[in-house]
Amino acid sequence: MKSIMETLAAQPIFADIDESTLTLLAGCARHQRIHAGTRLFTEGAPATDFHLIREGRVALGIYTPHAGLVTLETRGPGQIVGWSWLFPPYRWHFDAEALEPLATIQFDGHCIRGKCDSDPVLGYDLMKRFSTLLDADLRSTHLRLLDVYHRAPTS
Amino acid sequence: MTPTVARVVDRVVEGPGTVTLVIELSDALTAPAPGQFNMLWAYGVGEVPISLCAVPPLTNVILHTIHDVGAVSHALCELRPGDQLGVRGPFGIGWDLTPARGQDVVVMAGGIGLAPLRPVVEAILADREAYGQVAVLLGARTPNDLLFPAETAAWSLSLQVETTVDRSAPGWTGDVGVVTTLLGRIRHNLTDAVAFVCGPEVMMRFGARALLDRGVSAEGIQVSMERNMQCAVTMCGHCQFGELFVCSDGPVFPWARVESMLGVREL
Ligand SMILES: Cc1cc2nc3c(=O)[nH]c(=O)nc-3n(C[C@H](O)[C@H](O)[C@H](O)COP(=O)(O)OP(=O)(O)OC[C@H]3O[C@@H](n4cnc5c(N)ncnc54)[C@H](O)[C@@H]3O)c2cc1C
Ligand code: FES
Repeated sequence: MKSIMETLAAQPIFADIDESTLTLLAGCARHQRIHAGTRLFTEGAPATDFHLIREGRVALGIYTPHAGLVTLETRGPGQIVGWSWLFPPYRWHFDAEALEPLATIQFDGHCIRGKCDSDPVLGYDLMKRFSTLLDADLRSTHLRLLDVYHRAPTS
Repeated sequence: MTPTVARVVDRVVEGPGTVTLVIELSDALTAPAPGQFNMLWAYGVGEVPISLCAVPPLTNVILHTIHDVGAVSHALCELRPGDQLGVRGPFGIGWDLTPARGQDVVVMAGGIGLAPLRPVVEAILADREAYGQVAVLLGARTPNDLLFPAETAAWSLSLQVETTVDRSAPGWTGDVGVVTTLLGRIRHNLTDAVAFVCGPEVMMRFGARALLDRGVSAEGIQVSMERNMQCAVTMCGHCQFGELFVCSDGPVFPWARVESMLGVREL
């Protein structure tokens, strides 16, 4: 298995990051293996950590009494699952479930926030990097809202 | 060019409002190529361009997959085996597979956009050794709208096939999200890859930009444009797109040739 530092360095969002920042990040992270069907987090629960997926897929969704987990989006290798650790009130807004066996790097969100708070230059750099992923998620959501494949059938 | 009378010999319901017609012509088409289209005439209603969704080499049986969006497409979708229709074609310049030979390939299809791309995938499969790594990325509105599930499952035996839907449905355990996110699933380097993209225009714009971001060159990306058509032979101007006629200069164009015009609100 690659080291955490190596895996992080290979991710596009951490491209050109300096080694000391990577070391700090890696200090808040650990490798994880997760079984298919595991609930990574549940709506309303405290949001303490997040995952960078190395292998496998995760469903993000909302639990409904009639349909169970309704998947809003799936995440796969190279994508991050979970942003609520970054914003007050630090509670999950969705559920996340492993659709397949997962290999992830799990980050302690509290640990990363602490390091960003005590070193604003590092904090700004990391926030810019995470924001690119948030921006990509937002654009994807906008595109889906357009419902581009729908040309109402006449029948 | 006057339409020849053709007959529907089979009709397959692909999903909500989408039908594949198997059509028998009196004579075989002259050398149809992937990405070309026919003008299909629903008698008493009108004529519309519809891509060939299979390119039979020497038979007079052709396949068209049609999404019901308006008067003519509706009338075509309503045809049953034994019914007649008019067929003119094939028209236009289709996908150019030559630059893809020896290279990695990405096929990105959204919704009904898979119909014109199906012959591309079949051509690659028929000569698999001639191409590098091939990824087929499929997007649809819902799981019910996914086209040709049996064929795409068979493709996945020798190609990387990734599928996503915009909206999930009970029982769906596949991906949910826009088709461009599937690019992240391709592990190989895309710098010299050739990409074939077809779907709604907005999807093609976002798809082409995402491919450029992944290092594919603008010349390496081909897109199939949709414009209203009437004559299909550069006479009426209905399909004019800037200096281009989609019916005869296209419908398939290199992205580099249409990119600047797609951003323009009025042409
Ligand atoms: C080269 C080419 C290949 C095509 N291949 C296929 C195919 O394989 N299968 C298929 O189902 N369709 C295909 N189309 C699209 C098809 O031609 C149109 O859906 C059809 O002309 C609509 O006519 P209508 O009378 O049914 O609907 P209309 O009443 O003309 O239109 C109904 C609605 O659809 C919209 N619309 C109409 N035409 C288009 C268009 N070209 N692009 C985007 N929106 C449109 C209109 O704005 C309107 O909202 C192709 C188009 C082109 C140019
Ligand atoms: S459809 Fe008449 S010019 Fe192209």
